[in-house]
Amino acid sequence: MNLPYYPGCTLKANAENFEDSAIKVMEILGYQLNEMKDWVCCGTVFSMTTDDLMLQLASIRNLLRAEEQNLNELVVLCSMCYNTLQRAKKFITEDEEHLNKVNDLMYKENILYEGTVDIVHLLTVLKDRITFDKIKEKVKKPLSSLKIGGYYGCLLVRPKEFAIDDFEDPSIIEDLFSSLGAESIAFPYRLECCGAYQTITKKDVTIKRTYEIINSARRAGCEALVTSCPLCAFNLDQRQKETAEEFIEFETMPVFYFTELMSVALGGGWDKSWSKMHYVDPRPILKEKRLI
Amino acid sequence: MKRIGVFICHCGINIKGTIDVEKLTEELAEYPGVAYIENYIFMCSEPGQKLIRDTIVEHKLDGVVVAACSPTLHETTFQDALDEMNINRHQLEIANIREQCSWVHDDIEEATRKANLIIKTAVEKLKLNESLIPISAPLTKRVLIIGGGIAGIQAALDIADGGYEVILVEKEPSIGGHMIQLSETFPTLDCSQCIMTPKMVAVNKHKNIKLFANSEVESIEGFVGNFKVNIKRKPQYVDPDKCTICDDCTPVCPVVVPSEYDEGMSWRKAIYIPFPQSIPATFTIDTENCLGFNPIACTKCSDACEPDAIDYDKKPEYFEEEIGAVIVATGFDLYPVENMAEYGYGKYPDVLDGLQFERILSATGPTGGEMHRPSDGKVPKEIVFIQCSGSRDPERHLPYCSRICCMYTIKHAKLYKHKVHDGQPYIFYIDIRSGGKRYEEFVQQAVSEDGIVYFRGKVARIYKEADKMIVHGIDTLTSKKIEIKADMVVLAMGIKPNNSAEKVISNLKLNTDENGFLIEAHPKLRPVESLQSGFYLAGTAQGPKDIPDTVSQASAAAAKVLALLSNDEISHSPIVAIVNEELCSGCGICVSTCPYGARELDEIKKIATVNDVLCEGCGACISVCPSSAAQQKNLTDEQILNMVKIYSYL
Repeated sequence: MNLPYYPGCTLKANAENFEDSAIKVMEILGYQLNEMKDWVCCGTVFSMTTDDLMLQLASIRNLLRAEEQNLNELVVLCSMCYNTLQRAKKFITEDEEHLNKVNDLMYKENILYEGTVDIVHLLTVLKDRITFDKIKEKVKKPLSSLKIGGYYGCLLVRPKEFAIDDFEDPSIIEDLFSSLGAESIAFPYRLECCGAYQTITKKDVTIKRTYEIINSARRAGCEALVTSCPLCAFNLDQRQKETAEEFIEFETMPVFYFTELMSVALGGGWDKSWSKMHYVDPRPILKEKRLI
Repeated sequence: MKRIGVFICHCGINIKGTIDVEKLTEELAEYPGVAYIENYIFMCSEPGQKLIRDTIVEHKLDGVVVAACSPTLHETTFQDALDEMNINRHQLEIANIREQCSWVHDDIEEATRKANLIIKTAVEKLKLNESLIPISAPLTKRVLIIGGGIAGIQAALDIADGGYEVILVEKEPSIGGHMIQLSETFPTLDCSQCIMTPKMVAVNKHKNIKLFANSEVESIEGFVGNFKVNIKRKPQYVDPDKCTICDDCTPVCPVVVPSEYDEGMSWRKAIYIPFPQSIPATFTIDTENCLGFNPIACTKCSDACEPDAIDYDKKPEYFEEEIGAVIVATGFDLYPVENMAEYGYGKYPDVLDGLQFERILSATGPTGGEMHRPSDGKVPKEIVFIQCSGSRDPERHLPYCSRICCMYTIKHAKLYKHKVHDGQPYIFYIDIRSGGKRYEEFVQQAVSEDGIVYFRGKVARIYKEADKMIVHGIDTLTSKKIEIKADMVVLAMGIKPNNSAEKVISNLKLNTDENGFLIEAHPKLRPVESLQSGFYLAGTAQGPKDIPDTVSQASAAAAKVLALLSNDEISHSPIVAIVNEELCSGCGICVSTCPYGARELDEIKKIATVNDVLCEGCGACISVCPSSAAQQKNLTDEQILNMVKIYSYL
């Protein structure tokens, strides 16, 4: 079965391992992620910092492209893209004036934007369409005894209109990993912000966040974290380098995209090209648990 | 033809500002039937009423139209003026030219034209008005009170002391409500049980109070002054006359369940007495948990009972009582902690709600009044109180302020500090609402003397790490994130209408607001009456309130009931439906339409009849009657048609 898919920029650069593993996992589950044509950047932070219509254009153009291509939905992997597209769509479609204005701004387009394309996160597809029970049946290498903390960050569950699960107490990642045979741990800081783009201008903020989040996970018993956001992954994984320099006693912890571990569990294996995309080497823990 | 006087009120500029009253007076002077017309600045004032009274004599009027505000405001004022002049009060009509005309228009010419038509319709109606006298009905001088908390108890004692009989129905095995669970009460810190139990005993001993504990109101039929109530008394399985309260039964009972009285923090047996001062003081068997209903399984308590008071075969008993009025005092429940995702859904034993903490503070509670936390019995050294838990949160929880939480929280913090001198209480708040008498002083004293630390802000999340509850909040006055490693957290949960009252309230067809609280007849001027005649409200069933307000309202409801019962009979409006026997075919549509059960079929004459006392004059039967046999007094088809004709000449 084909699923129209919007990758976003990071999945073609720093998070190739995310896209790669997702495509592999979905193939195992009998689905083909079909990349939509002519996509551009989702618009990311700009559309979220202000309500100026101009800045919603990147998102809306992507949705317009999808309408042109007769797609009725877009599956998204990156939490940031998911959130940005959802918010832009809501902002534009809930107010007729916004809708008319944005269409006026895009006067050179061939069709008018109507807002017919649904934006769906891959985790929602896994939970609602494929179901975790079905996924459980396909597990070849259970992630037994691997203690996983699901890190949601801000974007999967806030604002609550677009939350992929209960926005105050989600369990979708925990449920997924339980079905993969792992020990899911709902650690206290799983909904905290990773520091996001502060990582560029105020690196010390993200270092502090990383320190707190990883330590919270460790105190709760986690051995590794999973995420669905390339920016969270960058902050929580790459920034552990600086975190370890800043805090002498800090112990590193591997951070995975959820699809990477799904691939291991479902028999897709660990692609050795993924290893170099991580700062904290994930192989020792996988070896220890006899998963690779 | 009737000689009708028309009196147009300026209502200051409320009417005159938009309606040309002089022109109106001129135009209507010649209208057929109008014998006299006049306008005046305030018709409702004494000079205005005198004008009406004098004119009645001078111009020999036998009907009056007052063109003024809505009849809900001054209809009775002017009816009384007619009464004084020995003219039947139903010879008065109000033409509402304020709410329905001057207030809603700004074009003077058009508004004046509309007022002209409104007054003409009133004149046309009045021309055919009959003189009517009120219908009188007998009055049963007994009162039903639903709910045996402090509101119900106070109202019962007041009415009983007034000399009338009270039927007090309480669903639990004992009266006392939530107040008997409390430790001490703000702002005086007197012991709740010490001030409550004398009232409970008084209820038990009062010759005018008939107590139905462990009972429920099944239905109430009839009308004000003449209700019949059906009460179901659930079986207690222990005969109160034989039981000596020796307590030989509970030690042998093998079933252990969480105690309701201690909010689940201690255990009771399936045969139990809710608390030592229970009224009535009798053991009860809890049907849901007792094994004895299968005699093969267990008969231990019955075997141990020397006076042989236990009978597993008891059935519910049903009683019908006649009453004249009802006070609804069904009380509240705390908003459930289980709804608070960020505060742990109630899964942490050391995150308590307000009532649980009351039990910990109480000398009769699970810890005997000593400060120990539920999980491991440790004395909590750092404790966090969170106000507005579930209140003032329209997006997720209760939209309203629960009114008592600010005060009970400061009381909690103070009492905690009295028990743990080296402990530190923190309170997170949005605002501190201490509007009662001596409340603000109580708060100030607690802050200055007991070293309670207030943070203005909400708590985002609570989670457990090792044996601490980690509280994440914000102090919005310093814009700093606050993290407290607390030993215990107390959530000042808001209050909502009692869960089990929902059924009885909907059975009685009482109006509730969007939050389930009972609606009073007027928020300011009739705060203890329901819109349904004969029903009165007391306590938290009507809205969140503390003990002083609850007791005041209960006494107010009692006063209203006493005023009603001081009449020899009740009088009922004569504006009721009548049946033209010649036209009625006895089809019975009116019988099924009537919401008050006032319509019946006369089996002999084969026609429909009206029970005057039950009829509320709503007009439903009149509009469905296919042969126009049903008519409403002083609002007959002929009158309505004459009124409509005024507009058809437009």
